[in-house]
Amino acid sequence: MINASLKQISAHLAAKKISSVELTQLYLDRIAAFNSRLNAYITVNPEMSLAQAREADFRIAAGKAEALTGIPIAQKDIFCAKGWRTTCGSKMLENFISPYDAHVIGQFNNAGAVNLGKTNMDEFAMGSSNETSYFGAVKNPWDRNAVPGGSSGGSACAVATRLCAAATGTDTGGSIRQPAALCGISGLKPTYGVCSRYGMIAFASSLDQAGPMAHSAEDLALLLNVMAGFDERDSTSLQREKEDYARDLTKPLNGLRIGLPKEFFAEGLSNDVAQAVEAAIAEYKKLGASVVEISLPNSRLSVPVYYVLAPAEASSNLSRFDGVRYGHRAPDYTDLADMYEKSRAQGFGAEVKRRIMIGTYVLSHGYYDAYYLQAQKIRRLIAQDFTEAFRQCDIIMGPTSPSTAFKLGEKGDDPVQMYLSDIYTIAVNLAGLPGMSIPCGFGAANNGNPGMPVGLQIIGNYFDEARMLNAAHQYQLATDWHNRVPQGL
Amino acid sequence: MTWEIVIGLEVHTQLSTNTKIFSGASTAFGAEPNTQADAVSIALPGVLPVLNKGAVERAIKFGLATGAHIAPRSVFARKNYFYPDLPKGYQISQFDLPVVGNGQLIILVPASGTRQAYEKAVRITRAHLEEDAGKSMHGDFHGMTGIDLNRAGTPLLEIVSEPDMRSAAEAVAYAKALHTLVRWIGICDGNMQEGSFRCDANVSVRRPGEPLGTRREIKNLNSFRFLEQAINYEAQWQIGTLENGGAIHQATVLFDPDKGETRMMRSKEDAHDYRYFPDPDLLPLDISDEWKEQVRTTLPELPQAKQARYVSELGLSIYDAGVLTASCEMADFFETTLAALSPNPSPASGRGEQSAKICANWLIGEVSAQLNRDNLDMAQCPITPQQLGGMIRRIADGTISNSGAKEVFRAMWTEGGDADAIIEAKGLKQVSDSGAIEALVDEIIAANADKVAEYRSGKDKLFGFFVGLAMKASKGKANPAQLNEVLKRKLSG
Repeated sequence: MINASLKQISAHLAAKKISSVELTQLYLDRIAAFNSRLNAYITVNPEMSLAQAREADFRIAAGKAEALTGIPIAQKDIFCAKGWRTTCGSKMLENFISPYDAHVIGQFNNAGAVNLGKTNMDEFAMGSSNETSYFGAVKNPWDRNAVPGGSSGGSACAVATRLCAAATGTDTGGSIRQPAALCGISGLKPTYGVCSRYGMIAFASSLDQAGPMAHSAEDLALLLNVMAGFDERDSTSLQREKEDYARDLTKPLNGLRIGLPKEFFAEGLSNDVAQAVEAAIAEYKKLGASVVEISLPNSRLSVPVYYVLAPAEASSNLSRFDGVRYGHRAPDYTDLADMYEKSRAQGFGAEVKRRIMIGTYVLSHGYYDAYYLQAQKIRRLIAQDFTEAFRQCDIIMGPTSPSTAFKLGEKGDDPVQMYLSDIYTIAVNLAGLPGMSIPCGFGAANNGNPGMPVGLQIIGNYFDEARMLNAAHQYQLATDWHNRVPQGL
Repeated sequence: MTWEIVIGLEVHTQLSTNTKIFSGASTAFGAEPNTQADAVSIALPGVLPVLNKGAVERAIKFGLATGAHIAPRSVFARKNYFYPDLPKGYQISQFDLPVVGNGQLIILVPASGTRQAYEKAVRITRAHLEEDAGKSMHGDFHGMTGIDLNRAGTPLLEIVSEPDMRSAAEAVAYAKALHTLVRWIGICDGNMQEGSFRCDANVSVRRPGEPLGTRREIKNLNSFRFLEQAINYEAQWQIGTLENGGAIHQATVLFDPDKGETRMMRSKEDAHDYRYFPDPDLLPLDISDEWKEQVRTTLPELPQAKQARYVSELGLSIYDAGVLTASCEMADFFETTLAALSPNPSPASGRGEQSAKICANWLIGEVSAQLNRDNLDMAQCPITPQQLGGMIRRIADGTISNSGAKEVFRAMWTEGGDADAIIEAKGLKQVSDSGAIEALVDEIIAANADKVAEYRSGKDKLFGFFVGLAMKASKGKANPAQLNEVLKRKLSG
């Protein structure tokens, strides 16, 4: 059951081979058994999960089940869920119980899915290794000395280890795709505006986007069908016709033109990742696709541009965490300024503080034009590169991350090295395009270390999620990388 | 050598929407603390702003009413600073692209001492939409500060003038004209006690012809009287400082109404760096021509236009027309009275003009005076326009004399009731029966033959004596015009 697809689970539930309560309990038992080794979840609440499962069982019995009814889904702890502790991986919100549901959570609730628990993440989604979480790093299930990626590392780990049927993530600069790649699962960041950001704790508002993380492209499509949709409470949510993201899954790939950005296969890419990605491209050719080299000349600027814009927005978004109305307040302080300083000094971790300071700096009088405005201009150029590229191809492919999972602590002292692990994913957020990562092999085992998963990144044009899912699904029909399961769990 | 005072005003008007600018929480004043603070108002993690269209429409209305440029695209920006009553740690405002720019307001500066009243145009630099903060409440919290977020997110239109005013009187006239306008077009209730209309004054002084001096900004003036006092104090303080060889440094000051003084709040060096940047949670605000034109159809006739119409169509003097259009309540009262008076008004006719003039005199005279004495505003006037119209109809048709009308008016004010009923009950009807008046005059002439002879021999002044006798004989009810006519005829033999 734990290796079954969402479609299969749904069929089992419908056929009464298992109830939602039993299934939820099965996952809760697995979490109880394995989470201490993995640290994938920050909060589980069996009582609330099982209550939802019971409701789902009634709904199934009444014949009113939808595709995800009764299925236990892990939620990244960035989504506010009513009655659930919602920490965003921070001491600041260690004891924050959300009084309301994020739009995405509401969508799952309406669909009858079960909230299985809140997954670990880098603090306020700021990190690429999950090491910035106040609740401790998540372990990579393939090598518990390695990072799971970030910031949606808890969700990626939970999916990979079958501690949930599927999960949600958010992606500001690669936070769904990179941990999906490092943990060997599938993850999709939709076009900016497809999923409402309401109730998703903001990191960088113009870049943040929610998306599904699962075992397969087919599962992603079913999850996205529930998560996507216009929400009037988010002014950046897009008003579009409801679409079925699974509609094109079975289409053959004959004639699909794949663009390979030459900048993504240059210096900095590790050999084992390059080999796995090239093998995947070869597989696509076998499936009928053609390949064309493209160029994204400004993509080399995406990391610096991102590290101006994202911290700028974050510095402002995180101002509400001031200890006044909710969240951490320092126990002792002398006056208002002291209360702010101590509460924030105690409540935020080092990486969050670093980004608040960078963001405050680049927005400051006298620096705004040189940094923020300049970065906005380059952002447009980066987006134009993609527009240009999509004249020559239907879809873009390349590595998700320059290397497989690195060791815990390996990049802890060097933020710039850490930032570079998102070098292939960030441009996609800056352009607002949809991007995904699917497993495409393993790196070389060496020195007693196992070979670690490699992710293939697929980038589509705006609103081309169905086509991307089609490409991913056809590949997954032809390969079995996505079915590999880490041992010992 | 004289000094010139230069003043520019920034006025925060609270827009009269039912809900907040970025959420559906109520904006009603006076609720229990924090009962109107929804998830957005208290800035829970993850909440997002959604712009209230009604606030934008009110901004458009203001722009149209001041002949301003309505930006086809304006941008909301975040103004970042920490304060406990600012829940997000930033205020959503507009910075380099405001919704309204380049407007103008004509003000009437009233006469004072030997100076005549005069008109002046004050340029409006810009008006932008923003959200209000909450309130910090000091006291009653055992040494702590209470926060009420009911007001947080209330829509404001901040209206910024050019430094076009040259005296406190001009600044007050501008603030009053603005106050009238925003209520006139229905975008703000103008309640200054509740903080719906708050002024900041930028004041500097210079020698005439020289470049602008350094300004100091007086914050949060919530009455016209304080505005005037604060500017006068501040200007004199600056002049005194300069004349004593000192220099003015840019600063923000507060006015202490008890002491009548301004005092330093923060210097330019302490000024915040607000780190404005476009709010990524909100799309740029696009206003189409269609939207603008649709809003234009909801604009009432503006004071200036009304004033001109009263002069050209109703034959009123510019002064009367100005007073009648000083507030929308006054103009409404005037027009409703006029309508009650003549159900089928034909303003161009002489009859219409006469009624309009009587109406204007009563409103500007007795009604305003009585309101002042009773410390009431127009909306609280105990007499309805219908009542006043009923009385004026009886003045115009000669049923009552002016002195009788005053009695009717007093009765209506204190006891209510229709003019006709009061006239009946108090027996105020004039005698207009020509037979009765002639008989009365004949009697008087017969009884005062000597005086008649004196009059006829040229002592014209005695005419008043006869009028007095006749009025007395009629117990004051004789129609004066008729009486004059009959007396004149009969006395001349």
